[in-house]
Amino acid sequence: MELLSGADMIARFLKDEGVEHIYGYPGGAALHIYDALFRQDSVKHILVRHEQAATHAADGYARATGKPGVVLVTSGPGATNAVTGIATAYMDSIPMVVLCGQVMSHLIGEDAFQETDIVGVTRPVVKHSFSIKHPSEIPEVLKKAFYLAATGRPGPVLVDIPKDMTSPTERYEYVYPKKVKIRSYNPVTRGHTGQIKKAVDMMLKARRPVFYTGGGIITGRASEALTDLVQRLGFPITTTLMGIGGFPQGDRCSLGWLGMHGSYEANMAMHHADLIVAIGARFDDRVTNNTSKFCPTAKIVHVDIDPSSISKTVRADVPIVGAAGSVISEMISLLQDREPASPDALAEWWKSIDGWRAEREGKLYEPSKPGEALKPQEVIEAVYRATRGEAFVTTDVGQHQMFAAQYYKFAKPNRFITSGGLGTMGFGFPAAMGVKLNFPQDDVVCFTGEGSFQMMMQELSTCKQFDVGVKIVNLNNQSLGMVRQWQDLNYKSRHAHSYMESLPDFAKLIEAYGFTAIKVTTIDELEPALERAFADTHELVFLDIYVDPFEHVYPMQVPLGSMRDMLLSKTERT
Amino acid sequence: MRHIISILLENEPGALSRVVGLFSQRNFNIETLNVAPTEDPSLSRLTVTTVGDDRVIEQITKHLNKLIDVVKLVDLTEGNHIERELMLVKVKALGASRDEVKRTADIFRAQVVDVTPSVYTVQITGDAGKLDAFVQAMAPIGILEVARTGVSGIARGDKLLSL
Repeated sequence: MELLSGADMIARFLKDEGVEHIYGYPGGAALHIYDALFRQDSVKHILVRHEQAATHAADGYARATGKPGVVLVTSGPGATNAVTGIATAYMDSIPMVVLCGQVMSHLIGEDAFQETDIVGVTRPVVKHSFSIKHPSEIPEVLKKAFYLAATGRPGPVLVDIPKDMTSPTERYEYVYPKKVKIRSYNPVTRGHTGQIKKAVDMMLKARRPVFYTGGGIITGRASEALTDLVQRLGFPITTTLMGIGGFPQGDRCSLGWLGMHGSYEANMAMHHADLIVAIGARFDDRVTNNTSKFCPTAKIVHVDIDPSSISKTVRADVPIVGAAGSVISEMISLLQDREPASPDALAEWWKSIDGWRAEREGKLYEPSKPGEALKPQEVIEAVYRATRGEAFVTTDVGQHQMFAAQYYKFAKPNRFITSGGLGTMGFGFPAAMGVKLNFPQDDVVCFTGEGSFQMMMQELSTCKQFDVGVKIVNLNNQSLGMVRQWQDLNYKSRHAHSYMESLPDFAKLIEAYGFTAIKVTTIDELEPALERAFADTHELVFLDIYVDPFEHVYPMQVPLGSMRDMLLSKTERT
Repeated sequence: MRHIISILLENEPGALSRVVGLFSQRNFNIETLNVAPTEDPSLSRLTVTTVGDDRVIEQITKHLNKLIDVVKLVDLTEGNHIERELMLVKVKALGASRDEVKRTADIFRAQVVDVTPSVYTVQITGDAGKLDAFVQAMAPIGILEVARTGVSGIARGDKLLSL
């Protein structure tokens, strides 16, 4: 039997749970825990420069590895600073465990120094939360937190730890709980066989089917099974922004992603489909456009691990509650016993799709001419080539995010790391740190804009301390591009506060931290700059790339329209 | 349509706020709410009445089921059930109206449970409709204060909401 203080239990538990990195920032209420971390060397603590960055870094780690990211912050402002990152993880169903210091138990409710009811503050944006009431319950509560975060539909779990629970003078028995049981929590795994059979029948009869898959494929580690299923059936597939990489984008069946800025062929195919097989996607408003005009001729099969996602915005004809991987495998085994559909069955459908593809071929954007400002799209394509399509890519939020998703073609899951649901500016850079710290040999690229980057640029200091060699590609259009685009389209180009006046000289700023910055203003400078930037994967390089401030992201769905109602450029619409 | 949803909830701090928070966060209605521990001290039973079409009620039950603290729930209005609410009403009881209050209470099978020279406190149980009718009947005499528990309910017959 081993007696440990609450703080030592936390450090020991993290080790026993196999946690390698935690991201955090110390403060009064968390100091016993920090002292415990100091006295061990199994768990490495990454000191960020703002608690929001700790949550985004843990989130980036979680998205790249599928394992829960771990955050440690102090009470009050430490905890409230973490809220945006917790909400970001919640909206995208990312496994995360957030350990928060809290004031001493006897002070709770007395408006003590650095006291916040963080359990209350975060209640709508966590999967669950715990408050520690006695030090002896720490191992079990932490095990429950990790179990809840990573199973079922994953999400962030917060553990509030009053300072007296970690007091070094009180010791209790520590045993690592190998398993926990929560009587009210039994996440489904297998889908209902009858429903899956029904879905397979429909799939074999469909003449205009489309797979529409989301983040559930990535978190459910189902991309191999999905690829097998799609290739067996020869159906077209479109993914959501969160589902990018769940199916190789170079494959002929891939239509790219769908929705507000999705590809023309993906949105057209969805609109004309007679069967939509949605797996691990949630019919988000940025996908469906106006739900009353959504896919008028399609029957809908909806597979999701979360029953509350099914028929939330669009009614499913065949709902299947289950884990993506297991349902897909069952579909495959059912298909093996069945007469395959005739290869001609889909010929007409592919003809239409190839027609839509051909319509937009070579018209997606106009490359820059010599002497003109670079187009953001061509920068993404150049980075794609420079990294052979193999980098981990994180983004911030806005035009650059959409361009990255459109022009960097992902072949593997867990490689495109972006804040899809919450749309959190400032996410990309710290998320890239979290990825790079765990994949030091891989190229990790953060596509950002000068608006987003300035929200989290203090993390340059963290990168300096821990030698984090991320590549920051700043698509500098000297404005909040997406806001400006909406103002162009909806507010007669009245650019209310979308112009970034007094931008810093980024090169000097980056150099102040001892890193390399390269400014790029013309197309001739681009390739050499990328060559230099990616020469050493361990070196942080900041590329400040000046791009055309007037460029818009297209296609863009027309508000309140159907899937096929799109603006295709500044002058064309469907 | 009005639905009565009964929930077995972990009797833990914060559990109630998760349920109540869910309703406001997702723009669902709460008409009444009633909660107390059960014979098993680790569980509370919470009954909520809410209004919504089938789609909304489906979402409410799914989201409630998703809360880790919710152990089990039933929509009582899906089957035969018994619905009860308790109300305490303070009514002016002076002169002729003193007898009138007592008579009306008798008609509703309500009981006068406290008396002062000027006030009767009446206790009445029943479904929400009966309580509303009693309030209407008493209004002309002069209601001073009303305390209602909110609806509690249970399924008829052998059906159980238990672990």
